[in-house]
Amino acid sequence: MTTEASSDPTRRDFLYIATGAVAAVGAAATVWPLVAQMNPDASTIAAGAPIQVDLAPIASGQDIKVFWRGKPIYIMNRTAKQVEEARAVELSSLPDPATDQDRTKEGHEQWLVVIGICTHLGCIPIAHEGKYDGFFCPCHGSQYDSSGRIRQGPAPANLPVPPYQFVSDSKIQIG
Amino acid sequence: MSGPSTYQPRPGVMKWLEDRLPIVGLVHSSFIAFPTPRNLNYWWTFGVILSMMLVIQIITGVVLAMHYTPHVDFAFTSVEALVRDVNFGWLLRNTHAAGASMFFIAVYIHMFRGLYYGSYKEPREVLWILGVIIYLLMMATGFMGYVLPWGQMSFWGATVITNLFSAIPIVGDSIVTLLWGGYSVGNPTLNRFYSLHYLLPFLIVGVVILHVWAVHVTGQNNPAGVEPKTEKDMVPFTPYATMKDLFAASVFLIFFSWFIFYMPNYLGDAENYVQANPGVTPPHIVPEWYYLPFYAILRSIPNKLLGVVAMFGAIIVLLFLPWLDSMKVRSSRYRPLGKRFFWAFVVVCILLGWLGGKPAEGIYTILARFLTAAYFAYFLIVLPLLSRMEKTLPLPNSISDDVLSKSDSSLGKTVASIAVVLGLAGTLVMGGLQNAKAATEENIPASQQWSFAGPFGKYDRAQLQRGFKIYKEVCSACHSLKLLAYRNLADPGGPSFTPEQAAAVAAEATVKDGPNDAGDMFDRPGRVADRFVSPFPNEMAARAANGGAAPPDLSLMAKARSYERGFPQFVFDFFTQFQEQGPNYIAALLQGFEDTPPEGFTLPDGSYYNKYFPGHSIKMPPPLSEGQVTFDDGSPQTLAQYANDVSAFLMWAAEPHLEARKRLGLQVMIFLLILSGLLYFTKQRIWADAH
Repeated sequence: MTTEASSDPTRRDFLYIATGAVAAVGAAATVWPLVAQMNPDASTIAAGAPIQVDLAPIASGQDIKVFWRGKPIYIMNRTAKQVEEARAVELSSLPDPATDQDRTKEGHEQWLVVIGICTHLGCIPIAHEGKYDGFFCPCHGSQYDSSGRIRQGPAPANLPVPPYQFVSDSKIQIG
Repeated sequence: MSGPSTYQPRPGVMKWLEDRLPIVGLVHSSFIAFPTPRNLNYWWTFGVILSMMLVIQIITGVVLAMHYTPHVDFAFTSVEALVRDVNFGWLLRNTHAAGASMFFIAVYIHMFRGLYYGSYKEPREVLWILGVIIYLLMMATGFMGYVLPWGQMSFWGATVITNLFSAIPIVGDSIVTLLWGGYSVGNPTLNRFYSLHYLLPFLIVGVVILHVWAVHVTGQNNPAGVEPKTEKDMVPFTPYATMKDLFAASVFLIFFSWFIFYMPNYLGDAENYVQANPGVTPPHIVPEWYYLPFYAILRSIPNKLLGVVAMFGAIIVLLFLPWLDSMKVRSSRYRPLGKRFFWAFVVVCILLGWLGGKPAEGIYTILARFLTAAYFAYFLIVLPLLSRMEKTLPLPNSISDDVLSKSDSSLGKTVASIAVVLGLAGTLVMGGLQNAKAATEENIPASQQWSFAGPFGKYDRAQLQRGFKIYKEVCSACHSLKLLAYRNLADPGGPSFTPEQAAAVAAEATVKDGPNDAGDMFDRPGRVADRFVSPFPNEMAARAANGGAAPPDLSLMAKARSYERGFPQFVFDFFTQFQEQGPNYIAALLQGFEDTPPEGFTLPDGSYYNKYFPGHSIKMPPPLSEGQVTFDDGSPQTLAQYANDVSAFLMWAAEPHLEARKRLGLQVMIFLLILSGLLYFTKQRIWADAH
């Protein structure tokens, strides 16, 4: 085999680069559907539509757990004492400062709605347990108060509040 | 993969790695420096094409497995959910399904190439045998994969093929029970087939590595069939063979894409869009096209055991080929008789494939017996005799002499012959399949003009909306549409209702939900996420309310019905991308009722005469009449209009991503044409140095 110097090296280089570039674009485009298929499919997305929850059966001092998008949502009808405790705390003493007012809806102060997933490593905290009249996570001992704020333990952040609004005084829509 | 590597790593990390694991050196010597005969033609590119197909099948298969449920109750719907709901699910499924056929097309070309050029002869016997093992594994994998969607052909294919083993004396029935894991093909069967279908491709990978290893030990055969003598006979694998293979692979992808994007159902069986029903066998059980020659051999022999033996023997005989043909001259180019018999053998195989799709009766059986005899005679009589008697032509002195002696027209010739062979084989085999189905029907539905036909086809939104109105007001009283969700009505590429309209349609439905806190089931209005609510709670209720015949689900009706197109129409269909048998049939059926059956036809009680229904006696009363449904857009309220509109709607229900498929198809086609062109010129530029 002999290798001769091409008379027109730039044109040859251009051809090789163009071919390589087009092939690379094709390879990248091929990866797209293979990755995109891993995202939630249309039925999963549709099933994640907002849900409505009737609050009427929840007595003061009780809570219920509903599922929305596969996540447990705690809906707690707090006692006056719990609300008071939550509002009396010094913000500066909190690891993740947030007021109880910000975490509840005005006019519906007794209702706490939080996603019941510990912000440490995803376990489900138990309601009405722990030192702060709120939630206690049995996995690694994180303690949340009656506003779902982290007070003690390894969890870095408060229990998140899902998007929700009151449709009527006794009904909320989550999502 | 053989001998010491010539790879010289640069000092540093590469040298450090090479001293500990010479993997880069292995790749270098196997796929870069590996000497390749310089006279290889395009038939030799199918090795790389096959490797590509194996990788494509494994990747798409692993992805499909992420969405598939191997359970008799969910398998069929999980495949449909994959196609309808998963991002690019339709693309992945079409690729995997058509990929199986492409894999077999490539492997048959690869095998016939080996046969023609004597690639199985000393010292390449082990290479050939490994190839036959791969082929056997491919057949097993393909068969089990076909069972997984759990359609009618899946189920009955599984039943028929597993029953082959019952032909074995004494232990046959026990083996079949063992394969099934039950008293019939059922859930355990599906589960184990799924497991094995996942496993076997990786075994294939293992044997392919051995196969590639073997070819690197002996070196490749070449069209002249003479061993290389000097370095001048060879070129390094990279870039010469690599570029040629890449170009060929790119062209093959164009052919492949034609099926993925435009003809996804051309190679499949409409019957497999009907969910498996252990109580009803389809009128014509036909295996996938790639098994048809062996199926013909099986059926040609009137004894059960001997038929099975002959079928397996037809493949096993390939293992002995290196010793059946002991002729020293490899390439059929220099074997005037061998060449003729080779082409006769190709014709025999294609004709057997054609017969495999024909009903096993009359002249076809006789022909199949004759061809089965010819098939075995080629291996057991012709080749051994020719090895002793044939006068061969003088061989070229070397590969270089062979290259110099012939003109440069090999590409054109190869392409032309590939086209001819594929065309002929496809014509016959697809023709056979078409004939096997509905061979007795004389009324062929008229072809309508559909807006969604052809490469640029799109649904007519207004037509889909009218069709939905007809479904809702008329069909939905009896027919379910289980695979569709109300949200689909607002999906892009569909009837384009607004989300509010879709929600309103959903809200009209009553969905059974629960249990609630008290443990009771309760009714609630439908939501867009719900699937269409069926008119009857279960099949038995549907049957009881409709005089014993359950109205079939309509979700896939437009793909589950087909009819014979006749020769040569189905050949043109491949080029015109004709896929509209389903809607043509539905439209014809809806207008095919006749008040008085033709003379001599006795209509059973409670049935109606329909020109297009198989058997003509249908339990469904004529569902549509003029003026029955009011259109707001001024379209004529005639039976013909109704029939067409509802057929178009059902086509969308069966193929909701048709527009996305054709749109992406156009982009892929344009891309592949550009890529193939660039690869061709790059390859020419590189080979210019070698000539």
